[in-house]
Amino acid sequence: MSLLEIANLSVAFQTAGGLFTAVDRFSLQIEPGEIVSIVGESGSGKSVAMLALMGLLPWTATVTADVLRFDGQDLKTINKPQLRKIIGSQMSMIFQEPMTSLNPCFTVGFQLTETLKIHLGMNRTEQKRRAIELLELVGIPEPEKRLSAFPHQLSGGMNQRVMIAIAISCNPRLLIADEPTTALDVTIQAQILDLLMKLQKEKGMSLVLITHDMGVVAETAERVFVQYAGQQVEQQSVMGLFARPHHPYTQALLNSLPERSNSRILPSIAGIVPGQFDKPRGCLFSPRCHYATDLCRTKPPTPATADFGYALCHYPLLEGVPTNYPEEVRA
Amino acid sequence: MKGDVVLEATDLTRHYHVDRGTFRSPAVLKALDGATFTLAKGRTLAVVGESGCGKSTLARLVTMIEKPTSGMLNIGGTDITSADKQTLMALHKTVQIVFQDPYGSLNPRQKIGHALEEPLLVNTPMGKKERREAAMNIINLVGLRPEHYDRYPHMFSGGQRQRIAVARALMLNPNIVVLDEPVSALDVSIQAQILNLIALLQEQFDLAYLFISHDLSVVKHIADEVMVMYLGKPIESGCRDTLFAKPHHPYTRALLSATPVADPFRVKERIVLRGELPSPIAPPSGCTFHPRCPSMTDICRDKAPETQEIDGCRVACYHPKVYPPKE
Amino acid sequence: MTEIAIQEVIDNRPTGFRAVVTEFWSYFSENRGAVVGLVFFIAVVLIAVFADFIAPHAPNHQYRDALLQPPFWQDGGSIKFPLGTDAIGRDMLSRLIHGAQYSLFIGCIVVSLSLVAGIIFGLLAGFFRGRVDTFIMRIMDIVLAFPSLLLALVLVAVLGPSLINAMIAIAIVQQPHYVRLTRAAVMTEMTKDYVTAARVIGIRSLRLMFVTILPNCMAPLIVQAALSFSTAILDAAALGFLGMGAQPPTPEWGTMLAEAREFILRAWWVVTFPGVAILTTVLAINMMGDGLRDALDPKLKRS
Repeated sequence: MSLLEIANLSVAFQTAGGLFTAVDRFSLQIEPGEIVSIVGESGSGKSVAMLALMGLLPWTATVTADVLRFDGQDLKTINKPQLRKIIGSQMSMIFQEPMTSLNPCFTVGFQLTETLKIHLGMNRTEQKRRAIELLELVGIPEPEKRLSAFPHQLSGGMNQRVMIAIAISCNPRLLIADEPTTALDVTIQAQILDLLMKLQKEKGMSLVLITHDMGVVAETAERVFVQYAGQQVEQQSVMGLFARPHHPYTQALLNSLPERSNSRILPSIAGIVPGQFDKPRGCLFSPRCHYATDLCRTKPPTPATADFGYALCHYPLLEGVPTNYPEEVRA
Repeated sequence: MKGDVVLEATDLTRHYHVDRGTFRSPAVLKALDGATFTLAKGRTLAVVGESGCGKSTLARLVTMIEKPTSGMLNIGGTDITSADKQTLMALHKTVQIVFQDPYGSLNPRQKIGHALEEPLLVNTPMGKKERREAAMNIINLVGLRPEHYDRYPHMFSGGQRQRIAVARALMLNPNIVVLDEPVSALDVSIQAQILNLIALLQEQFDLAYLFISHDLSVVKHIADEVMVMYLGKPIESGCRDTLFAKPHHPYTRALLSATPVADPFRVKERIVLRGELPSPIAPPSGCTFHPRCPSMTDICRDKAPETQEIDGCRVACYHPKVYPPKE
Repeated sequence: MTEIAIQEVIDNRPTGFRAVVTEFWSYFSENRGAVVGLVFFIAVVLIAVFADFIAPHAPNHQYRDALLQPPFWQDGGSIKFPLGTDAIGRDMLSRLIHGAQYSLFIGCIVVSLSLVAGIIFGLLAGFFRGRVDTFIMRIMDIVLAFPSLLLALVLVAVLGPSLINAMIAIAIVQQPHYVRLTRAAVMTEMTKDYVTAARVIGIRSLRLMFVTILPNCMAPLIVQAALSFSTAILDAAALGFLGMGAQPPTPEWGTMLAEAREFILRAWWVVTFPGVAILTTVLAINMMGDGLRDALDPKLKRS
């Protein structure tokens, strides 16, 4: 049985300009101990989908899903107290900005033991002991001293380690990491990713890594989900995605990476991600797609089969060439 | 002429005095400690490093917003450390800058047409019509449209704003453009657009670029020469191909190893550094990298290493990796 | 250059002054209290402008045969003097209507004076920092340390009791608020990249302060100006009440209150109506100020 099953999750926001669909039919299954990555640029809805799963969205958001199941429990019909038992202890999340994700007014020790008190009901001594254990686990030197430190007294890398310590304090089965290293320096980024991978292996946690950095995806993930403008455009194993992308967006994205090009001029993707007011009628990627035809511009595509990575495309790519492509256009 | 040297820096140093209260003497923050490099027309020097390495300070010195504490900085033949105010004012036209944050680098209350004309208004005797023409030309050059002239910055996307920032930097026909992490805050697909724009403009105008970045994949793509900095000191510099193929300094090797590579099939040498980036106010003794260095020995703690030449790169290390010459 | 030209959709929202006003109005009008305040304030302005035409009598004309006449709905009142008369037979309604002129005049002058001086000092302090900053802020601290009315009293006592001197005194007392606001806003803006970019372009200090930075600091200042309008009116009324502001026979609302002290029990209308006039005007301006703050604060703007 999958640890987490999401089918057709959609999130819409009430805004001054009308209803805005931030996430459009997002699906994900993750097995225990698996590492999965959700990749996308800004406006892709990758963070919103996971925040919706954790119930962290503001009241203006409407969340709908066909299936939303964690460890066999249906999250759609569960009651609030039971949900609170799961969020934060069984299913945990860490965020991008370590400096602002921790409360600046309270010490690290206080924030760490708060989780232990609420979810595990430990007493003072037990809390302190476990807190020191956790700080050691995440590689913070002199953990007893750090318990009384405030977030602004620690560096970004340290703060992120503290966040990770808080997140794993109750031994969660699923950890969602939302761009955990984007705000950190490169060498610190390597340390944090290393730490996440080590913890994942030791504790048998499943890890959902949300990022926009294809390098991080290549080095850490086993399976990848690609998001574009709120829609899921491709799902594949990481090897397959980089070698044989099935969706034109994935292909264009990989081609535009500086490290994969040989010439001074990069094959960039013209245009920008559609916003709230300029969503195209057909495929959302059609205004920027190399291979777009009239069909693409008028009719929204449906997901392809598993062989094609469930690519949301009328002509999913096979070995870099669109399948079923009309001859006249190819000329 | 292409290849002409437009900027020469020797032992450039910038110290700040940080107040530590009424009862203690101010601490010295060595933000930049002895940078030596040259910029030539049509070439790009990339400055690579993490927080506290001094790259922002370097940008401020090169654009003459601040004066160096010591060392020589020669721009277009003029030594700016001994130049008078008039000369400095005139030199402003030769060096311009593009910032990292496309959302903060444009005045929110200024229409972009006006923002583009302002450098001309302040520095040249051009009339209204001429300024508008010049602005329109540049708008076209960077891939924007004439109707954008009357719009405010908040109406543009991040990538478009960076184009405007680049346009503004070009208004005074500079020889040198400092690019301070110009694509770090942009999406990957937009990064490619802006990198292309920057490359084309360099070719067209023979610009010398000082490209500051922490992203080695971008640096590998765009740089001709690379200078790696750590805590204010350049620890390795050389031409791009050599540096990436044969990194000598342990920090350079760690940086390269830490940079994620978008290729799941590639197996990398994994070097994960211990410890945190030290604070520039209290740098470690001797070689500032020694607490985190896997190759550290006693001498590293005692005395800072001199710069030596290896394979055409300048390296400041007692234990650089040596690559056997190919037969 | 077709490779780098973009085919993207541009933001086609209308620009220009009209668009700014429309956007402002849509935020402002969401706050019903603010709109009511605005309507009332406009009414007061119109009354003040057309006072000579609206008022039934001259404000200083004494009707010897109608001393302390009650308002028309009470016994002894007449429609000739709708809100009654005061102790020397002057029509209350006319005096109130003309009083509006004085109140608005006071508000405008005081706000203008403190705004201009406050912006200049705040800019200097925030921009140059160091000794200039310390000097200016310590002076402001000293001014703030005094109870405002007391300071105004002292200044008026030194300069002599008159409306003009009262206005100068109130303007000085309100200074520190503007200076602080401007200084804080300037310091925040100075950290932003566009200021550094302006420096690199070669813009010098004067232009940098007034043309580049100041327009970005105006929002909190406008809100403060609106709210201190009402404070100015109240302070002038207080000074007038103490006999240190507008001198009789000026129909300024505060002065009217001073003259009416002894009649609180005997002739309630001589005291109440000026008081109500002050209360409602100040309330309207405060409500308007709240709406202004919501409309101008960029952090509260929705997507």
